Amino acid sequence: MARGATYADVRVMDIRQRYLSTKNGQPGQVRESRSLGLGVRVIAEGGWGFASTQDLSKASLDAAAARAVEIARATALCKKRDVTLAPEIKVADHWISPCRIDPFTVPVSACLDLLLKVDAEVRKVKGITLAEAAMDFRWIDQLFLSSEGSDIRQTKTQTGAGFVATSFAGNEIQRRSYPNSFGGQYQNRGYELVEDLDMPAHATEIAEQAAELHRCDQCPAGVKDVILGSSQLGLQIHESVGHPIELDRVLGDEANFAGMSFLTLDKLRTLRYASDIVNVVADATANHGPGLGTFAYDDEGVAAQCVPIIQNGLFVGYLTSRESASAIGLARSGGAMRAEGWNRIPIIRMTNVSLLPGKGKLDDLIAGTDDGIYMETNRSWSIDDRRYNFQFGTEIGWEIKHGRKVRMVKNPSYGGITTEFWNSCDGVCGPEEWVLWGTPNCGKGQPMQTMGTGHGASPARFRQVQVGVAYQSN
Amino acid sequence: MTLSRQLADALFSKVLKYSRAEETEAMITANSYALTRFANNTIHQNVAEEDVNLSIRAVTGQRMARSSTNRLDDDSIRQACEAALALAALQPPDPELLPMPGPQTYRAVDRYDAETAGLSPKARAEMVRKVIARAEKDRLTTAGVFSTGSAASAVYNSRGLAAYHEESVSEFSVTMLGESSSGWAKKTGPQWQTLEIESLADRAARKAHESREPREIPPGKYTVILEPSAVMDLLGFFLLDFGGLAVHEQRSCLTGRVSQKVFGENIQIHDDVYHPSQSGLPFDGEGMPRQRVALVENGVVKNLVYARQTAHKMNAAPTGHGFALPNEYGEAPFNLVVEGSHHSEDDLIRSTPRGLLVTRFWYIREVDPYTKILTGMTRDGTFWVEDGKIKHGIRNMRFNQSLIEMLNQVEMMSQPQRAAGEESIEMVVPAMKIRDFNFSSLTKF
Repeated sequence: MARGATYADVRVMDIRQRYLSTKNGQPGQVRESRSLGLGVRVIAEGGWGFASTQDLSKASLDAAAARAVEIARATALCKKRDVTLAPEIKVADHWISPCRIDPFTVPVSACLDLLLKVDAEVRKVKGITLAEAAMDFRWIDQLFLSSEGSDIRQTKTQTGAGFVATSFAGNEIQRRSYPNSFGGQYQNRGYELVEDLDMPAHATEIAEQAAELHRCDQCPAGVKDVILGSSQLGLQIHESVGHPIELDRVLGDEANFAGMSFLTLDKLRTLRYASDIVNVVADATANHGPGLGTFAYDDEGVAAQCVPIIQNGLFVGYLTSRESASAIGLARSGGAMRAEGWNRIPIIRMTNVSLLPGKGKLDDLIAGTDDGIYMETNRSWSIDDRRYNFQFGTEIGWEIKHGRKVRMVKNPSYGGITTEFWNSCDGVCGPEEWVLWGTPNCGKGQPMQTMGTGHGASPARFRQVQVGVAYQSN
Repeated sequence: MTLSRQLADALFSKVLKYSRAEETEAMITANSYALTRFANNTIHQNVAEEDVNLSIRAVTGQRMARSSTNRLDDDSIRQACEAALALAALQPPDPELLPMPGPQTYRAVDRYDAETAGLSPKARAEMVRKVIARAEKDRLTTAGVFSTGSAASAVYNSRGLAAYHEESVSEFSVTMLGESSSGWAKKTGPQWQTLEIESLADRAARKAHESREPREIPPGKYTVILEPSAVMDLLGFFLLDFGGLAVHEQRSCLTGRVSQKVFGENIQIHDDVYHPSQSGLPFDGEGMPRQRVALVENGVVKNLVYARQTAHKMNAAPTGHGFALPNEYGEAPFNLVVEGSHHSEDDLIRSTPRGLLVTRFWYIREVDPYTKILTGMTRDGTFWVEDGKIKHGIRNMRFNQSLIEMLNQVEMMSQPQRAAGEESIEMVVPAMKIRDFNFSSLTKF
C-alpha cells in the first residue's frame, strides 16, 4: 500500500501432490510434488496488477509487491474507468475440509497393491489390451490476507481415483472407465473415497463391457428420448449451465479465449432455461457435500454461498466476483473467484453447480420410455464459444424399447441446443441416485488455469433429442 | 527468477550431494513470464510470475520415482532426494527399466531474445493501447493477450548427461468483435518484434467486418479452405498417435497402419525442432537429443518417434521425443512441419467455385480414437466463397470429420508457415483446401 495501491490481497499457497498409477501390471507414474509461493494482487491508479514468486525472502516479497504496483500502473494506461469492488466484510477464520483418512499417511505400497489388484482383474478379461488405474492426492494449505483486514486460512485435502479398461480389436478402440472418465471420481475427501469406490469389485464388469462393446451394434441415429447417467449429466451441467453462467464470460472478459455466453444480462429472470422440474444451484458450502467446488471462502475472501441458478426452469443467477457483481449492480459477490495456485489470479470459476434431485429411480425413467437410449460415462464433449450448440459422446449405451433396456450399443452420441435440451427434461431421479461428481480438469483463463469443480446429478430424461450425430456421414 | 547454466549446474551438484539413489536425474525448469490481457477495449488482467522447479528422479533396484519441489534451500533439496528414493523403493521392480543415458551431444538452437524476455508492462500496455485505438476507429470491441517472458530447462543425470536450453517466448492474440460477427488472429515466437501486432489487429478487424450479418447455410459436406491455425489445431490430435508406445499398446489410430499409405499422396509430415520457424528444446525428458524424423512421406506412415525405453521395447532407435520419466504415454512429436506448395492462401480461394473459408476451430474433441473422427465448431470468421471470392460471413457450424479421411481429400495447399491456435501447440503448416468436409449442425450465431 505504501507504493500507492488502494487495495491489496496476498495468497500464500503450499500445495502437495502425490500421484500413483499402474499400467498393464507395472507401476506407471509414482511421483510427488510440492509447490509453495505467494501471489500479490493490487489495485493502483484504478487498475489491476498481480505478481507472484516462489522465493519467499523479504527482498523477493518486496520486489513482487513493487512489480504488482508497476503492472497496475501499466494497466491504468488503458483503463476506461477505475476498478470497483462490491463491499465485503472482513473475516478472520481457519477452515479445514473434512478428511477421515489422510491419504498421505496411507503407505504407497498399499496404494500400488490396490491399483495392481484392479489392473490384474481387468487384464483377466479376454480382449482387454490395456489396463490403467490411478490415485491422485492433494493437500492445499492457503493463507489469504487483504488490505481490508481479512485473515483466512483454508486447508483442503482432495482425493481422486479410478481405472480404465481399453480393448483394441479389428478397427476399433473401445474403452470403459470406472467410476467416471477423466481419472475417475474426485472429491474434497481423504483416502475414504478410495475405499468407498471399491474398485476391485467393479473391475471385471467394467472390463467385460469394454470387450463386449466390439460385438455390439452401433448406436442408432435419429430423434429419440435420451436418459443420461449421473456422471454424464454432471458434465452436461458443467458445459451447458456452469460455463454460460460465469459472469466474466457474459461481460466479455473471456471473448478472446474461453468465449462469451448466450446468457446476456437481459435474460436474467426472464429466460425459461429449462423445464419446470429443473432446479440448479451453485453451492460452495459444506452442506452441499465434499465437492471439488466446496470451500469456506473464495479467493477474494467472500464466504461460500448457495446461489440459485435455475429455479423451476427460470434462469435466476450468475457466478460472480466482487468486481463483476459491482458492474451489474449486485450488493455482494456470490463468491466464485478461484485461483489454480499461488502464481495465478483468481477468476470466476464454477463451485458445485448441481442439478437438485427430483424423485423416482432410473428404473422408473426407463419404464416410462418407449424409444430411447440410456447413455453412461463421457467419451467426448464439445460446445460452441457461447454455449449453445453441444455434442457429447459416451463410452456405452443401451437401447430402450417399450420401457425396457433391450441391447447394449456402442459409440453413442447426442447433440442439441442448450435451452431446447434443458426444456425437454421431463424426469430427474431422486436423492438416492444423486452423486456429487468431481471434474478435476476444467480449463479457463490466460495463463491457463486448471480447476476442480463439483457437479451433483442423478439420472435424468430428455425427450426427442438428436442421437447418433457424431458418426453420421463418416 | 531466471535459471542460468551456472545456477542449474550448482543445483544439480547439490542434488548429487544429497541423493543416495543408484542413479539420479534432475530436471530443472524456470519460468519468468508476464501476460497483459485486454477485453472491452481495456486492460482487465495483468500478471507476472517467477518460478523455478527442481524435479528429481531416483532409481534403485530397477525401480524409479520422481519428487519435485520449488523450494531450493539445502533442506528442501535433500528432502526431495529422499522422497524420490523412498517412493522408488516401495515399488515392485521393473525388469525393462533401462540405465540412465550417458553424456550426449546437442545441436545448438538460438531462441533467446533479451528484449522479449524482459519487456516491461508499460511496453506491453502501449502496444495494447494501439490495438484498442484500431478497434475503436472501426467501432469494434477488442479482446486478447500480449505475453512475453522466458523459460529455461535443464536435464542432468548421475551418468554425466547435462543438457540446458533457454528460450524467450511471446504471444499476441486478438479478437475483434462487431455487432454480429468477430475476427481473430494470433502469432507466437521467441521475438516479440516478429509478431507484427498491428498487422494482426488489422487482420482480425477485417475478418470481423467481412463476416458481419452472417447468413445461415445448411449443414452438409463442403469444400473448405482451412487457414493454418485451423489446420494445426486439427493435426494436434495426431501427436500422441505417432508415439511408438501408443502403437505398441494399441491405443494409437496408427495401430496396424505403420508403413501403409494412410493419407493422400500429397501429404508429407516430419518432426523437426531445428526448423527455423519452430520453437522448443533440442532434447527430450531424459535429455536425449531430438532427431528430425520423417513421419509421413507421400501419404505413407514411414516412422514413429521413440523414447529410449520404447525404442528398446520395439527394436528401434531412440529419436529424442520421450516425456520425462516415469510416464504412461511414452513419447510424441511436438514440432510438426507439414510440407505445402508454392501457392498463396489467396490462390486457394481463387480456385474455389463454392466453399467455406475457416479462420479457426474451437473446442475440438476426439469422437472416435481409431477412425479419428473429431468434432468441433468454427469460430471468429467463417465465410462463404463463391467463384473464387469471399462473398459473405456464415453462421458457425459444428463438424464431425475423420482426420484420416480429411488428409485423403486435400486438393491444394499454400506455403507452410508457423501457425498458432488454441487447441494444440505451434506447428509449421500450410493452409489446406479440402473437399467434402463434413458439417453436421448449426449454432445460433
